[in-house]
Amino acid sequence: MGAQMTQPANRKLTPFNVITGMIIVAGIIFTVLRFTKGIGAVTNLDNNTPWGIWIGFDLLCGVALAAGGYTTSAACYIFGLKQYHSAVRPAILTAFLGYALVVFALHYDVGRPWRLPYPIFISQGTSSLLFEVGLCVFLYLTVLFIEFTPAAFEWLGFKKIRSVVVKLTLLLTIFGVVLSTLHQSSLGALFMIAPSKLHPLWYSGYLPVYFFISSMFAGMSMVIFEGTLAHRWLHDKMDETHLKEASGVALGFAKAASFIMMGYLAIKLIGISIDDNWQYLVTGWGAWFLFELLGFVAAPAILFAMGAREKNLTMVRWAAGWTVLGIILNRLNISIIAFNYHLPSADRYFPSLMEIGTSVFIVTIGVVVYRFVTTRMPILHEHPDYKEH
Amino acid sequence: MAISRRKFLGSIGAAAVGGVTGALGKAYGASNKHFKGYPDSYGVLHDVTKCIGCRKCEDACNVVNALPKPEKSFEDLSVLEEKRRTDAGVYTVVNQFDVEGKKVFAKKQCNHCLEPACASACFVKAFTKTKQGAVVYNEKLCVGCRYCMVACPFEVPAYEYDDALTPSVTKCTMCYPLILEGKLPGCVEACPKGALIFGKRDDLIKAAWQRIYKYPDQYTAHVYGEHEMGGTSWLYLSGVSFSDVGMREDLGIKSAPELTAGPLAAVPIIVGLWPVLLTGVYAITKRKEKIAEQEKESAVARTLEQAQEDTAQKLEKLKAKMTQEKTSAINFEVKKALEEAAKKAEEEAGAQTEADASEEENASDESMKEDE
Repeated sequence: MGAQMTQPANRKLTPFNVITGMIIVAGIIFTVLRFTKGIGAVTNLDNNTPWGIWIGFDLLCGVALAAGGYTTSAACYIFGLKQYHSAVRPAILTAFLGYALVVFALHYDVGRPWRLPYPIFISQGTSSLLFEVGLCVFLYLTVLFIEFTPAAFEWLGFKKIRSVVVKLTLLLTIFGVVLSTLHQSSLGALFMIAPSKLHPLWYSGYLPVYFFISSMFAGMSMVIFEGTLAHRWLHDKMDETHLKEASGVALGFAKAASFIMMGYLAIKLIGISIDDNWQYLVTGWGAWFLFELLGFVAAPAILFAMGAREKNLTMVRWAAGWTVLGIILNRLNISIIAFNYHLPSADRYFPSLMEIGTSVFIVTIGVVVYRFVTTRMPILHEHPDYKEH
Repeated sequence: MAISRRKFLGSIGAAAVGGVTGALGKAYGASNKHFKGYPDSYGVLHDVTKCIGCRKCEDACNVVNALPKPEKSFEDLSVLEEKRRTDAGVYTVVNQFDVEGKKVFAKKQCNHCLEPACASACFVKAFTKTKQGAVVYNEKLCVGCRYCMVACPFEVPAYEYDDALTPSVTKCTMCYPLILEGKLPGCVEACPKGALIFGKRDDLIKAAWQRIYKYPDQYTAHVYGEHEMGGTSWLYLSGVSFSDVGMREDLGIKSAPELTAGPLAAVPIIVGLWPVLLTGVYAITKRKEKIAEQEKESAVARTLEQAQEDTAQKLEKLKAKMTQEKTSAINFEVKKALEEAAKKAEEEAGAQTEADASEEENASDESMKEDE
């Protein structure tokens, strides 16, 4: 610490800071291009593919991977699993940042971002699933913000208002689970309006159920995955309780995720049976479908189970990262890869470098803000003044 | 207009979500009611067999709607070599197809669904199905999410991707302003071969089937748009299979709102039931915790009581024992003391007699001396 203090220049030029700095500069350039030349100048979107990775990755994956907020707080406050208490704050922070970034990313994707409040305040298209998604994300972002404020209030020393918010914990948690159930599932239901465009192996009447169930293990895996990264880089910010409970959280979530993933596999099979889509399994799309389902759901589920049984944290952490990749693959399959499967390959979409760059830029903002908050506010440790709760 | 829009949206089934906002009317999503379109609404019948690919309709559309001029003029028929779709500022295109060595032309534009996917998908109600049959777009509400383009099964709406600040969705309006004036849509007016006929949708369906019955060898026995996606205001007749002229035959007859009615109907149920169930789970957890706490407390109390009782008993015993011991000790001491005392007394008594004896001896001695 002392050595770092004496060399402030070196401290600023860490590899982390240099790389993030470059990404942010590039992101600002893309932002300027987007808002001066239009979406067409930055992306490869066209009339056949109106939704690219800004929706497929930034929105769909962002929301799914931010599900750790509702799963962890529900486990702790509703199901009374108090041993997860130290995992709640980091999970809420990740969820809040995740949703905030989703909304931020939408400003790039929609044509007139300043009209984003329209569906809620000006003209409500209640027949649209996107309206439901929009309303729930708006409300849930508010809930997450309120759930996050106690940490900020502790940091700022606002004791009275903090104690008021803490009293709302249960109400907010239930509200959060209701809203998450609705919008996580509705993101899948968005695609139910287009059975002619999404490949039958991915299209199903159960899409909303698939999205909701997979969001649970997505969130749990993300909590484990993020915990791994935090342990690597922010170990000194963690207090004894956090360190003591962390492995229990990982093993507990690993066990739960493994069970839910097996259930997910079962309902996926039921979906194939009900629509009688077995014949597609022997096609190229079938191979890709099985690659996703066996390679990125079944396999990590087994690794989770083994890790939980043998209390092997390394195994559990690898399984968590693997599952996160599987969720990303699933969401991209539904929104981009198996979407418009009927089009000739010349008309298919592949993201432009600037599109990918913008997504990387947005993720980077998330990492930077997470680091800023966790190094200052009582997230990974309890504030000494508020030990009780 | 506002009323008709509300009525329409109410009728498109998916309004079950009204439970959330409490705004919209009846929910037909799960019922057997089927919206057959507004009575006396208009439509256009496109007889593909009569189209010669002259692009006059494209030209007229461009002029009537004051759209930007294309690079190649509308007289240039070389553009037919390529498959085209509607684009920003291009509401309609004519495509050329080779079917068994024969050239067939078909016009593509918005089909003006009876229950439009775009309108059902739009989260700001920027699309309206008018009573006249046209599906019109309100640029003033559009956020630019492009979900309408995802939803449209006919791949019609296009987006102004190159407009940085005020991009809009563009699509055919069925020349709604002209229809309101009692005039024909631009393309219908311009068609030199009668391949486009404007009229009441019901009449057009009858006319189409009459043609099929009258010339069964010229027509495929199907009126495209009569039932596709719940029915469309544009209808098509063709001499070849519709998939050969770029029209999908696998769309089914379910309207777009029916496809999403299920998940929308689930919304109020989740909103109604989840809080009850979750509060129940919480209450059960709390109760379990409370019972566990109580059991723990009572167990502790019982143990404590037992321990106290044990201690008391032990103490009692000890006390009794001690008392006994004490008594016996006292008795012993008393006995010992008595014995000692007795012994002492005895000794003393012995000494007394001895002393008395010597005293007597002394006395007799003295008396004897006195006597002397």
